[in-house]
Amino acid sequence: MVTLDAKIPDGPIAEKWDNHKFSVKLVNPANKRRFDVIVVGTGLAGASAAASLAELGYNVKVFTYHDSPRRAHSIAAQGGVNAAKNYRNDGDSVHRLFYDTVKGGDYRSREANVHRLAQVSVDIIDQCAAQGVPFAREYGGLLANRSFGGAQVSRTFYARGQTGQQLLIGAYQALAAQIALGRVTLYNRSDVLDVVKKDGEAVGIVTRDMLTGEVSAHSGHAVVLATGGYGNVYYLSTNAMMCNVSASWRAHRKGALFANPCYTQIHPTCIPAADEFQSKLTLMSESLRNDGRIWVPRDSDEARGADQVPEDERYYYLEEKYPAFGNLVPRDVASRNAKTVVDEGRGVGPLKNGVYLDFAAAIARDGVEAVKERYGNLFDMYERITGEDPYTVPMRIYPATHYTMGGLWVDYNLMTTVPGLYALGEANFSDHGANRLGASALMQGLADGYFVLPYTIGDYLAPKLGDSAVPTDDPVFTEAVQEVDDRTRQWTAKTGGTHGVEHYHRELGKIVWEHCGMARNEAGLKTALSEIPALREEFRKNVKVLGSPDGVNTMLEKVNRVDDFMEFAELKVRDALHRRESCGGHFREESQTPEGEALRDDENFAYVGAWEWNGPDAEPTMHKEELNFETVALTQRSYK
Amino acid sequence: MSKMLNLKLKIWRQDGPHSQGAFLEVDANDIPEDASFLEMLDVVNERLIDDDVEPVTFAHDCREGICGTCGVMINGQAHGPEKATATCQLHMRKFNAGDEIVIEPWKAQSFPVLKDLMVDRRAFDRIVEAGGYISAPTGTAPDANEILIPKEVADTAMDAAACIGCGACVAACPNSAAQLFTSAKLAHLNVLPQGQPERWKRTENMVETMEDFFGACTNHGECHEACPKEIPLDFIAMMNRDYMKSKTKNRSLSSQ
Repeated sequence: MVTLDAKIPDGPIAEKWDNHKFSVKLVNPANKRRFDVIVVGTGLAGASAAASLAELGYNVKVFTYHDSPRRAHSIAAQGGVNAAKNYRNDGDSVHRLFYDTVKGGDYRSREANVHRLAQVSVDIIDQCAAQGVPFAREYGGLLANRSFGGAQVSRTFYARGQTGQQLLIGAYQALAAQIALGRVTLYNRSDVLDVVKKDGEAVGIVTRDMLTGEVSAHSGHAVVLATGGYGNVYYLSTNAMMCNVSASWRAHRKGALFANPCYTQIHPTCIPAADEFQSKLTLMSESLRNDGRIWVPRDSDEARGADQVPEDERYYYLEEKYPAFGNLVPRDVASRNAKTVVDEGRGVGPLKNGVYLDFAAAIARDGVEAVKERYGNLFDMYERITGEDPYTVPMRIYPATHYTMGGLWVDYNLMTTVPGLYALGEANFSDHGANRLGASALMQGLADGYFVLPYTIGDYLAPKLGDSAVPTDDPVFTEAVQEVDDRTRQWTAKTGGTHGVEHYHRELGKIVWEHCGMARNEAGLKTALSEIPALREEFRKNVKVLGSPDGVNTMLEKVNRVDDFMEFAELKVRDALHRRESCGGHFREESQTPEGEALRDDENFAYVGAWEWNGPDAEPTMHKEELNFETVALTQRSYK
Repeated sequence: MSKMLNLKLKIWRQDGPHSQGAFLEVDANDIPEDASFLEMLDVVNERLIDDDVEPVTFAHDCREGICGTCGVMINGQAHGPEKATATCQLHMRKFNAGDEIVIEPWKAQSFPVLKDLMVDRRAFDRIVEAGGYISAPTGTAPDANEILIPKEVADTAMDAAACIGCGACVAACPNSAAQLFTSAKLAHLNVLPQGQPERWKRTENMVETMEDFFGACTNHGECHEACPKEIPLDFIAMMNRDYMKSKTKNRSLSSQ
């Protein structure tokens, strides 16, 4: 029987973390080298955790499916990283960042974790600056800031439009230093395909070498998953092509509860899909909404080019509906309204699947040069992808899946319900509730890796002093290796399949996007719950995987991932079906205000829904972690 | 709907580092011009699968031009014909109907072919491990604003740090030299005040590790032409100057 104990420390919110740091057990410096820690993933959370643990003296083994740790998808984050530095003297504080994050998450996150995140945010900036991250500077040499969606203060630090890249390179370089010192062993091109338990505790992982196909076991005293989110369940998303849910899903099947899988953030400003061949969607920074005006033609039969549509026949729907915030409403509101107008048939572009983001007014007001100065690189990127010049033709944008707030359930120590198994960064669920604020993903990944796990992991390891890691010839490992090897080889052993794996992934994405995308309702979710298992069955029977399992085989890598997505998608839809309220990125059409805005139901749904796996043919069980808001009062968000 | 192109592809296929390779000639018909280059390869691969032919392996991930995973030689040019553009951001509208396109992997001794168009670039990681960092263990940092960095310096560091580590510079170089990659990392760290304590050790170690793997620079400038981030050539001059100095600096530092 699973019991969810979040292990939230006692005391006032502002003292919990300090109290906890004092009360957790420590491993003395000379003994740390007697512990092996496995870290899976080398994005912001994984690389920062691996480097920091190695600096403390632990033996670290780090795994990535990339050729180099530097390629992890944290690298693609553009906007920035929040920190409660109050360098602008504009009234920011740890408490305000905490408050904004809880409110922005639509009151579905755990207060204690969010407060800690806000506290350590200031240390992140110090750490990254010391590593040489080239943050933007003022002429006097001090750090620059900008404001970012949903905040009334300027607390976002940035490195041009490449903040994620620079923070990741900082963490990668710290990791490289530890690799050179021999304190970290790097396993690149290693696909982690299972988590291994013994006597209920996580003791290691099973990997497939992506060059040789060899399946092998790796043992450690603790296992840390920093494996990102599940956005690619939609097929089309802003995630990188290889992002997947497999490590988390395999951990889930081994007993780690999966929390709030229905929470997905749909980013409003992405380039719409051009055709069926589209492999991914590209995000355009949200900052574009500061100067771009969003509109569609009032007439759904409009056939003229954008510049031919007279002013009074344009529907500036955000400005009309939300006069106070206008084009700067939060991400979920902007996304949902774009869907509404496109569903009404007013979409623009060859496939009528976008809305205009028009800079004509900004160019007329401030001049082309000023606009170029602010957004030049983004305009260039847009032009490169679409072949259209946004200085003369309005951009076309449409929402796309971007970030997933749900993830493996973790306690205050970031440990999952499997002892010794931790989840960091986007892979866990705890800090963003039902909606993530801009510039907070980088903050959370680095907080978990640099400043939380290095403290909390000692509490688990300290009592194990003197215990050897379970040897990899133990039956728990040999059986797990055999199972993974069999599972992998089954795909190439089949003959006579009908379609490649891409086809089935695309079909899965269509179902999930249609019924569990920006707006969800009971009938649609029930349809998805019947369509997904049918597709999964067809996929398992008919997918065609060519080539050998004993060497490089990217289709084989992908088929394992899609197989896990096929199971995960069902859980995601089930979670969305059970949550009969609208909150953050989860909009249930049955739960809206008379004006059509999201309506939360705090009385019945102020909890974390954490799902337990009961086997492939059984329904999962949901466990509830009630959320107690002791510091922040619950209010309905309004951006009118 | 997009305009469609019919193309003739010659794609390099090779089973592994020690196998013989050969070109696969394949007609790529009805390719939408709005597709990216890699999406064109996706379409070709799906058709190969339909014909029971193993798809072509190529490295790729973010498809936004930032992760540095992708990169192939397209008609002899690293990342293809469009300037300042990684392969994943190149779109088919840059080609004409009927074009023949030759697609090959990066060619350099230190980037062995792993399969088809995918190569091993771990030598780059070895160069970074040799000193491409500032030692600042977690928890030791002073307040970020205690280190003042003039805007121009931060901008230069950022210009250098924009490198995505794709390896096009090496692939484009007639000598397979890695000066642009190495010098970008050195410039990023060596111009910053935080980077000064380790500057000379870093420079000497990184340059010499680079030389273990890669060829010598003879100032062709092809690296800069191929670079998707347009890393400037001056960084190589900065590196050469720092390397010369490091020889005396490191000797005098160690004799103190």
